[in-house]
Amino acid sequence: MAMIRQCAIYGKGGIGKSTTTQNLVAGLAAEGKKVMIVGCDPKADSTRLILHAKAQSTIMQMAADAGTVEDLELEDVLKVGYGGIRCVESGGPEPGVGCAGRGVITAINFLEEEGAYEEDLDFVFYDVLGDVVCGGFAMPIRENKAQEIYIVVSGEMMAMYAANNIAKGICKYATSGKVRLAGLICNSRKTDREAELIEALAAKMGTQMIHFVPRDNVVQRAEIRRMTVIEYDPTCKQADEYRDLARKIVENKKLVIPKPLTMDELEDLLMEFGILDEEDESIVGKTAAAEATLATA
Amino acid sequence: MTMNRQETEQLIQEVLEVYPEATGKQRAKHLMANDPSLEKSNKCIVANKKALPGVMTARGCAYAGAKGVVWGPVKDVLNISHGPVGCGQFSRAGRRNYVTGHSGVNVFNDINFTSDFQEKDVVFGGDKKLAKIISELDTLFPLAKGVTIQSECPIGLIGDDIEAVAKKSARDIGKVVVPVRCEGFRGVSQSLGHHVANDSLRDWVLHGRDDDPGFEATPYDVAITGDYNIGGDAWSSRVLLEEMGLRVIAQWSGDGSIPEMQITRHAKLNLLHCYRSMNYISRHMEEKYGMPWMEYNFFGPTKIAESLRKIAAFFDGAIQENAERVIAKYQPIMDAIIAKYRPRLEGKRVMLFVGGLRPRHVIGAYEDLGMEVIGAGYEFAHNDDYDRTFKELQDGALIYDDATSFELESFVERLKPDLIGSGIKEKYVFHKMGIPFRQMHSWDYSGPYHGYDGFAIFARDMDMTLNNPCWQKLKAPWQRASAETIQAAA
Repeated sequence: MAMIRQCAIYGKGGIGKSTTTQNLVAGLAAEGKKVMIVGCDPKADSTRLILHAKAQSTIMQMAADAGTVEDLELEDVLKVGYGGIRCVESGGPEPGVGCAGRGVITAINFLEEEGAYEEDLDFVFYDVLGDVVCGGFAMPIRENKAQEIYIVVSGEMMAMYAANNIAKGICKYATSGKVRLAGLICNSRKTDREAELIEALAAKMGTQMIHFVPRDNVVQRAEIRRMTVIEYDPTCKQADEYRDLARKIVENKKLVIPKPLTMDELEDLLMEFGILDEEDESIVGKTAAAEATLATA
Repeated sequence: MTMNRQETEQLIQEVLEVYPEATGKQRAKHLMANDPSLEKSNKCIVANKKALPGVMTARGCAYAGAKGVVWGPVKDVLNISHGPVGCGQFSRAGRRNYVTGHSGVNVFNDINFTSDFQEKDVVFGGDKKLAKIISELDTLFPLAKGVTIQSECPIGLIGDDIEAVAKKSARDIGKVVVPVRCEGFRGVSQSLGHHVANDSLRDWVLHGRDDDPGFEATPYDVAITGDYNIGGDAWSSRVLLEEMGLRVIAQWSGDGSIPEMQITRHAKLNLLHCYRSMNYISRHMEEKYGMPWMEYNFFGPTKIAESLRKIAAFFDGAIQENAERVIAKYQPIMDAIIAKYRPRLEGKRVMLFVGGLRPRHVIGAYEDLGMEVIGAGYEFAHNDDYDRTFKELQDGALIYDDATSFELESFVERLKPDLIGSGIKEKYVFHKMGIPFRQMHSWDYSGPYHGYDGFAIFARDMDMTLNNPCWQKLKAPWQRASAETIQAAA
């Protein structure tokens, strides 16, 4: 059996990780690749476009209903959708209660013990909650799990901050294991000089912008139908984009230990592209009244 | 004296009546009347399921199973209870595991090592602290052969990567460092902890000397697995194997050590006493090294002779002759013991409630003394344990899985056994009911009970418990007078 390539998708909340993951996975499946998606987010929306479902029943919910996770069987939690894509959702608590990180740990342990990875698979994709807030959300990038990390990013400032922070997290695990940054996926928000900016960011981090996914309303139209673009309208231009991304990931050999930017470096980059203004030290800590006095003086 | 199946079923129904409907329905699946003709238990009893809220269960947690049972007896490792101080401190020295050696020099299983987690460790993670502890321990106890990281609940919640720490620390100190993911909230009982500990042995210890050609094997090498040497039981078993010409190259995990575990694969036969807690690693060694394993029972002369013959049958004629010689040598001694105690114990009825092995394993020893086991149950058995229990018990005997304290007390009130064998949590309840009781986890700090030497002690202990004059003194004088009058009249 060939090595299963395990990839984890990280990125700022709301950036489009789940949509991008499902579309690119559909692209891989359309090429005949055997893929499994592991949703690692309590919202459990990582597989809905593949399964045409509102939300897949999650491992943690079923374990809670059955008593313990040891009472579950693999076939209870694993659903097969478009293109033979195998789907599981770890699940977890509603916001503000319990421990979502433990849900991810329990779910991935369960999949390993039940032999979900021994199947004839080419790829496993982990779609992980936006922020790595505790050890649980780093679970997919520990040793013997995902070795390729893709970060979804856009030309917006906070998305790039988040991408840089995730790169810092990868460094910690890269030094003790084999996890590597495999590239930035730019999910366009139509900001100015977006592709150029992300290319520059990627270069500074020592990685690549593996693909620029343009913004297209067909994604939303497909999503309303709980479908990927690949399935909804395989002939449209956006479907080509996701297929391109999928092909580039298949061929990707550029796996690096990232060099995260310092805060100053990141801000310099943002200023260079006009996203951030030069800081004016003279106004720090000045009240409106003080400024008015200064102005009249 | 045993009830027939119908009477036992009737008793179960009556005891269940007081439960709310849903609880009664659930618990009914864990109780049954024995049918020795049954081969498979999965259709007649439910086991290894979560205890219901509101009942009192005697079960422990995964940490108890991993640190307390499987790893605890390994004498040459430093078991770190990784997490807040309570789990390690309150379980320290809770279970006897006899060892040879010197505490703090080459024996460490009587010491509590803990990372004593504080709030800041939960918030910032405890990986760095753990690495430091391992390095400090290596300096303090240079003769230790390794370190284990017994993970308490908070570690599993914050998701610390103890595997990465173990890997790095093992390189740094040049010894075995084993991460054990035995967080207490995992699984339904300590049973998962046994499994987790077995897996940690498989992944981090077992193969350590696979490339070492230094071991000189003989055709008579065996290993003892699943004997925790509670009262020296592994030793009183070992001598019998040695007397019949076998060489015991490893003990797991009572008086066990890392080097012994790592040479186990050279044994021609793996002898498994506690199936429940060590079947996992036995199956693995069979798959990986082609090493056969065999369950045996060294409680009471009948089972010992049976087991010795079964073990000998695996080897050549010389060993088989030796086995017969060993049996013949001890038989007169056993006969003398039985002659002494059987008249005092004949016909006495026993109820058992222990962990995952003994409720079936000790039946033969009681029967050797003329006693009868009328009820047996396990705290954390699985269905394969019940498969092995049916043929040991008499038809109609009561079987209870994860019995609640209410059920156990009710059964005892109704069945009025002469002796109960269970644990410390049950002991004083039944003492107050005026019923003789032996702890069958700890042997009441006596033992050993395994082997021929053990049977002598077992018989003595049962006699001194059952026939202790104190049981005649439980009635108030005014009640006793009338009771004696009635007895005299009868």
